[in-house]
Amino acid sequence: MSIFSTKKSWINLTIWVLLIALIIAAPSVLPVFRLNLLGRYLSLAIVALGVDLIWGFTGMLSLGQGIFFALGGYCAAMFLQLNSAGEFPNGIPEFFGLYGVEKLPFFWEPFKSSIFTLISIWLIPAIIAGLLGYLVFRNRIKGVYFSILTQAALLVFFNFFNGQQKLINGTNGLKTDVTQLFGQMVGSEIMQRWFFWISAVLVILAWFFARWIVRDRFGNILIGIRDDEARVRFTGYNPVIFKTIIFSIAGGLAGISGALYTVQSGIVSPQFMTVPFSIEMVVWVAVGGRGTLLGAILGAVLINYAKSLVSEALPASWMFIQGGLFILVVTALPEGVLGWIRKDGPKKLLFLLGINKKLETYPSLEVNEQGEVKS
Amino acid sequence: MTSPLLELKQISVSFEGFLALRDLNLVLNQGDLRAVIGPNGAGKTTFLDVITGKVAPTKGDVIFKEKSLIGQKEFRIARKGIGRKFQSPRIFENLSVQENLALAVSRPKTPLSLLMNSLKVKHLDQIQHLMSIVNLQSKANIRAGALSHGQKQWLEIAMLVGQDPDLLLVDEPVAGLTDEETDLTADLLKSLAGDHTVLVIDHDMEFIRRLDCPVSVLHQGHVLKEGSMSDIQKDPLVIEVYLGKTDEEEQ
Repeated sequence: MSIFSTKKSWINLTIWVLLIALIIAAPSVLPVFRLNLLGRYLSLAIVALGVDLIWGFTGMLSLGQGIFFALGGYCAAMFLQLNSAGEFPNGIPEFFGLYGVEKLPFFWEPFKSSIFTLISIWLIPAIIAGLLGYLVFRNRIKGVYFSILTQAALLVFFNFFNGQQKLINGTNGLKTDVTQLFGQMVGSEIMQRWFFWISAVLVILAWFFARWIVRDRFGNILIGIRDDEARVRFTGYNPVIFKTIIFSIAGGLAGISGALYTVQSGIVSPQFMTVPFSIEMVVWVAVGGRGTLLGAILGAVLINYAKSLVSEALPASWMFIQGGLFILVVTALPEGVLGWIRKDGPKKLLFLLGINKKLETYPSLEVNEQGEVKS
Repeated sequence: MTSPLLELKQISVSFEGFLALRDLNLVLNQGDLRAVIGPNGAGKTTFLDVITGKVAPTKGDVIFKEKSLIGQKEFRIARKGIGRKFQSPRIFENLSVQENLALAVSRPKTPLSLLMNSLKVKHLDQIQHLMSIVNLQSKANIRAGALSHGQKQWLEIAMLVGQDPDLLLVDEPVAGLTDEETDLTADLLKSLAGDHTVLVIDHDMEFIRRLDCPVSVLHQGHVLKEGSMSDIQKDPLVIEVYLGKTDEEEQ
């Protein structure tokens, strides 16, 4: 019951070879500024994988992945701030002084531990996603209502984080580039090179993990939930559990993604929880190809790279291009770029342009002189 | 005397004041084959919804294997051994025939088991067997959405059997099938009865006759009459509300 057909695995193999070659070559070819951008986009590919699992496979369009993304980022930033807070008054991060806070808020305490931080980066978003998901799924909230609800949750988190100056520096966010890790500045070139490698490896591991989840019957149940949830129920499965698990996994992936993005962009702030950013995540997956996993990675990396190139050349025009791209994909390539390639899209395009000739697939019938089919 | 497999006691269902079912009683014994007929709106589908937990009855009780099913979740009722086939074929269109059946035969139906264990050999054999019953072996790896209507109906029945239920609820299995397919479906259902208890809902009188089993006539949410097909067809009340008169009789 292999999901891979031969042709499909060839396309996948080609893309993988290109991707890995790109990752290996990048550090020696690209200047550090570009390398850092690529590292950021690779980390965004991890959140996109999660979106593909919940939307592409399970059919739940979440517009609130920014919540979990930001939570992962905050976990990492809190650790880094504490790790380099020794020289500041009271031994707590500098920004607290601005608001007259002298004692570290209690929830910061555990983030002094690096092990706790490494676990919390994915576990806290996963738990919150699981709880939120369970309540929503148990009440059978689906489709558009689910999307609206996740977006509303995103806004709640955004406003909450924005307003909490005394706890997490509110709208200013937490800076990480001037913090210390292993005696090095996090924003330094050598650290950024490391973060690039970590992002590249984690994207690949995340892909293997996602692939393993959807490879067999578990993945088929997710597709079943997308296509006909009632049938899943009457076949004896509890969709609520499956949906909660996959939403929680997507939350955990978003957390990892957010943490890597934060250390590479130098700051985490409530801006990670804005509505457009969470919608962009969905656009990457839609353009790359829903339900393909690899498409989510390609979509996230290529669209973001294009975004930075276009923004440098023609500032202000990116939003139009992104919008146009989305409309193009929805109307012309509903299965995304990778889905289109897998379904012989390029060949069909060549037919349309008259470059390739159609094969004669009709069985030719023997015809007699009067043009009648011989029996 | 052994207790019945399924017993519906005084079931009433009211949708905002409209009584879809009223004081419905029905008893099915182990191994029974039973047909339920009735005009549109008689409550046939609602009655399956009540058994499978999709609709909660306003009043009354459903007893299955001596335990009440009221208030149970659909998937729990399915696991207790009640399989349901829907009116229009409902299968997983984007999965292959084999994958559809694999989901039906998998046990236990927990996330961990689906993720960690591969399908047991006995289940693989069961899938092959199910495909041979409904003649779909050659389509094993074809996307279920690409099957013909009749094949989809059969795949759904095969999935139902794959769940190994004690009770099969089959809603209009021959809607849209050719005569030949209808006959095959009737034979299939008859062969399932005995090992399983089968309840069939349909409009097609020829098909019901072929099933050759006791028939319950539902009318306005109530069992109007129970008996063999020939008894039913003679009953003046049934003729009046459902079967209608043939031209000869009217003359």
